[in-house]
Amino acid sequence: MPKKDRMSGNEAVAYAIRQVNPDVMPAFPITPSTEIPQMVSTYIANGQMDTEFIPVESEHSSMSATIGAQAAGARSLTATSSAGLALMWEELLLAASNRMPCVLTLVNRTLSGPININCDHSDSMGARDTGWIQIYAENNQEAYDNFIQAYPIAENGKVHLPVMVCQDGFITSHAVQNIELLDDDTVRDFVGTYEPEEFLLNPGKPVSVGPYSISAYAMEAKKNQEAAMENSKEVIVNVGRSFERISGRKYGLFEEYRTEDADYIMLIMGSAAGTAKQACDDLRAKGVKAGILKLRVFRPFPAEEIAGALSKCKCVAIMDRCESYNGNGGPLSMEVCAALFKYKTDIEAISYMYGLAGRDFTVDHVYRIFEEMEDHINNGTDVEQYQYIGLRKQEQR
Amino acid sequence: MSYNLKEVMNKPERLAAGHRMCAGCGATIAVRGVLRALHEGDHAVIGNATGCLEVSSYMYPYTAWEDSYIHNAFENAGATLSGVETAYRALKKRGRLKENDNFKFITFGGDGGTYDIGFQSLSGAMERGHDMVYVCYDNGAYMNTGIQRSSATPMFADTTTTPVGTQSNGKLQGRKDLAAIIAEHNIPYVAQTTLTRNFKDMYEKSEKAIYTPGAAFLNIMAPCPRGWRYETSEIMKICLLAVETCYWPLFEVDHGKWILNYEPKKKLPIEDFLREQGRFKHLFKKGNEDLIVQFQNEVDRRWENLKYRCEM
Repeated sequence: MPKKDRMSGNEAVAYAIRQVNPDVMPAFPITPSTEIPQMVSTYIANGQMDTEFIPVESEHSSMSATIGAQAAGARSLTATSSAGLALMWEELLLAASNRMPCVLTLVNRTLSGPININCDHSDSMGARDTGWIQIYAENNQEAYDNFIQAYPIAENGKVHLPVMVCQDGFITSHAVQNIELLDDDTVRDFVGTYEPEEFLLNPGKPVSVGPYSISAYAMEAKKNQEAAMENSKEVIVNVGRSFERISGRKYGLFEEYRTEDADYIMLIMGSAAGTAKQACDDLRAKGVKAGILKLRVFRPFPAEEIAGALSKCKCVAIMDRCESYNGNGGPLSMEVCAALFKYKTDIEAISYMYGLAGRDFTVDHVYRIFEEMEDHINNGTDVEQYQYIGLRKQEQR
Repeated sequence: MSYNLKEVMNKPERLAAGHRMCAGCGATIAVRGVLRALHEGDHAVIGNATGCLEVSSYMYPYTAWEDSYIHNAFENAGATLSGVETAYRALKKRGRLKENDNFKFITFGGDGGTYDIGFQSLSGAMERGHDMVYVCYDNGAYMNTGIQRSSATPMFADTTTTPVGTQSNGKLQGRKDLAAIIAEHNIPYVAQTTLTRNFKDMYEKSEKAIYTPGAAFLNIMAPCPRGWRYETSEIMKICLLAVETCYWPLFEVDHGKWILNYEPKKKLPIEDFLREQGRFKHLFKKGNEDLIVQFQNEVDRRWENLKYRCEM
């Protein structure tokens, strides 16, 4: 029977890790993800799980050891944030290209500098092209649910790719919210046992992992990897459906909130979607045809599905919590605009930058953005195509 | 049981012929020598840092490795194998490997991947005490990328990043003493060896390293004909001279006890080791006599220090 509880996002993910009880977990401390390996170590110390924990000397080594353990035939994972993810960047590529179905539970925190411990998506966005599946959570419940779905997605024979399960630093990771937890047996049945086909510790069937590959073969390896990423879209949807059967909670590539007749849609990821939904309700009460598209899966990028979901609205506000320093907008904005163009979706799109390094994002900001979209469509008012929300005014600096 | 060269050499090869390493390369001799110390019936997982050995032994779709093998990246052979070894303990504990399915864990790295870029990963793996052997095949430079200096490169060596020129006599610094540094991790077994005397020293140390529970480190001097510039047929002679000049002493640190395994009856002058190698050719030019004196002094100082540690 599911039980109701109150937990932070980190507690929820650690609880899910205990339930899945993977074989090996190397990890290195970094705020705000540190609590996850701490809690796992405590579960192990008290005999509540028996995962082998490796207290490595860096995040580069945590991902290296995760790859080693996974290649050896063990279900493996690690946890990190920010600079930790940046340090393991090289290894993220190797986990994906060696087709390791391991999991990384990421607590999103900004990258330096200036050094700052608070939330934005610059860490995972920096790793967006490393070949990892990326799933984002709005709250602790989704962080918990997404973790439980991670191995069935990663280990699916059509996928064999690593999965990064993301939650927002502090906002989700440290804030205590209500949560519904599945019982241990239900989770274990859902995740199942790991049965790799080829692995290092297969007596009498040795295997070599991590080849040097000349140009005559390397491009096919990359294409196969890309095909696996394409395949994963369907698998993510199917795993979401199976998960609904045990939990009653629906998961897809994204969530459409009051979008069916919406003229104006805000496209957003992570914890700020909660703020956006509240503001959306307030605006709906005033008669504004507002809607929210909360992107859950950023990799694979559901370009066609997003374009389809936006096709009936007049204007979309694309919300980036990560600067890309390219002069045109954040990574989410770039990819959504490319999707709109590719699928010939002729709507207005405005790129907004919000919440960098933990800057607050409030319902007032959301109201103003919808107001701006309305003004732009109804009155033809010019709108700055790429703007920062919540920035200090010159005189306040 | 006493060492029998013929018997040892007749063991099945665990690194198959057909790899692409150079003729006269010390690395493959070291690898085959270490792997011969594995007992028959024992499985192994071999790790490998990026380097000559890796790109020449596992070029897709061919592998020269008879055992399971993993190459991950340049700087993380220690961490990668620590993950494999931990997975072994996890799978054993959970009954997914049979009681008698024994695996040993050995990883190879060149000096670049071990002394320099992989140093942290190695130190971490040793400190955590994984039941594995890290083997450095030390050829004293980044040979795979074209003979750049590393912290294992000896003083005055001519490398492509410490080239000899009108204003330069090669590398300014002496080499890092990695075996001593790893010994200070207080792990059960550390040894330094090279390819000499029927490989007896290397074989015995490899067996000890593999079968002593806990972390072990082997530093094997493995000459490189391209970087050292010697006739490929001269490799064994160069190794012998490295030992007889006390440039490369044979020692081990067994559970904290320092043991000198070989002391030459008559210590040969360092010129005998240097003369065979193109990388030291400039030392024999007129006017550079003092450089050889400096080199000799450094060898002497380190040798005396080692003897002191070994309480001789």
